Amino acid sequence: MEKIQWQIAQVTSIVQETPRVKTLTLHLPQWIPHLPGQHYDLRLTAEDGYQAERSYSIASPPERTGEIALTIEVIEDGEVSSYLFDGIAVGDPLEVRGPIGGYFVWKDTMANTPLLLVGGGSGIVPLMAMLRHRANIGATNPTTLLFSVRTSEDAIYRQELELLARKDIHFKLVFTFTRQAPTDWTGYTRRVDHTMLTDVVGRFETSPNCYVCGPTALVENVANTLADMGLSPANIRTERFGPTGA
Amino acid sequence: MAGFFNKGFGRKRESAPSGRIPPGQYETRDFPVLTAGPTPRIPLTTWTFALEGLVETPTQFSWDQFNALPLQAFTNDIHCVTKWSKLDTHWEGVSIDTLLEHANVKPEAQYVMAYSYGDYTTNIPLADLRNGKAFVGLRFEGQPLAPEHGGPARLVVPHLYFWKSAKWIKGLRFMESDKPGFWERGGYSMYGDPWKEQRYRSDD
Repeated sequence: MEKIQWQIAQVTSIVQETPRVKTLTLHLPQWIPHLPGQHYDLRLTAEDGYQAERSYSIASPPERTGEIALTIEVIEDGEVSSYLFDGIAVGDPLEVRGPIGGYFVWKDTMANTPLLLVGGGSGIVPLMAMLRHRANIGATNPTTLLFSVRTSEDAIYRQELELLARKDIHFKLVFTFTRQAPTDWTGYTRRVDHTMLTDVVGRFETSPNCYVCGPTALVENVANTLADMGLSPANIRTERFGPTGA
Repeated sequence: MAGFFNKGFGRKRESAPSGRIPPGQYETRDFPVLTAGPTPRIPLTTWTFALEGLVETPTQFSWDQFNALPLQAFTNDIHCVTKWSKLDTHWEGVSIDTLLEHANVKPEAQYVMAYSYGDYTTNIPLADLRNGKAFVGLRFEGQPLAPEHGGPARLVVPHLYFWKSAKWIKGLRFMESDKPGFWERGGYSMYGDPWKEQRYRSDD
């Protein structure tokens, strides 16, 4: 098998998504089409040779050829994330390799099956790649994103998601605000729970493929609840961002 | 990439004791949870553990029978392919050597497929499970192993990346030749030596 090679990418744009989250777009000399849900490994090297590696989900769809977007949340005392957040400018080089991962991925062969995405915080990133790709291929499968965020300020990609929900009658966007909801908000204002999942899953006529990504506690709870509700564990794919994702 | 470095980047974390953190890893004091899907519920009354495949004596243990086997204490460093390492973890469990005494493995058996509740599988050379190198862990840090960490019982093979340490272990199947398990079919390393950074199949 051909080695997944390290390559030096160049940062071509930086977008501030929320106060703690930025999206870096990287131009790759050796770009390989990815599946939505896959990630890249990123390696930082200090002048003294010290290295640190982390994995970051790809936010962009494979239709954006030659480049990838990585959305990065800055973690307190995060050795890698804080450098990516504060120490990187457009034009800087970054060493990456990928795409990696073959399980937490959404494939075109799934485009006729309903889709349930449950994201918490920056767990939205791989789910966004799925939604962007799904829109690009014109899939019309019933799709719901249940997105748990602390406040509206923390909702990464909020405008893009709302636009997508207005344009696509098959896509339903459901927010829950766990700390502070917008003033005119009439929707959910609590952590994702059994009742909420029953509401959301109940709208599907047939069992959806489920992708759950976010902090460990949310993922554990959501995945186990979906299994308790009778969805097949084989159709519940999880990806966890633990407290050590720094 | 000789000579390449990121301007202004430097070590922020205190360095772990030398020689204990493999390349590309960092130390964590937490115990992160990583699983492909939901956590299976396994009642102890129906729990079983089997030794099968290339063995003279196929064997199946109930929970009570398994717990009647000699328990040993183990202290190990563990290394997850998602880049975290955790030092000095304390376990109690049953050594694979103890289990092999019951099954009488045939000489042609060279590899093992560990399989779990929830249909997880992972492949390991038999030699990597012998001579005190691996065990079935029942207790972690003095407590029964929590379900999200693989309880009631998980395989622990600390010298390989931690996905080889199958959670919710249900049995070991002894095989003549190597076959990929769950993550291995998805492109992860067949062997998974953290010191050689064998993360992906193309690193083997």
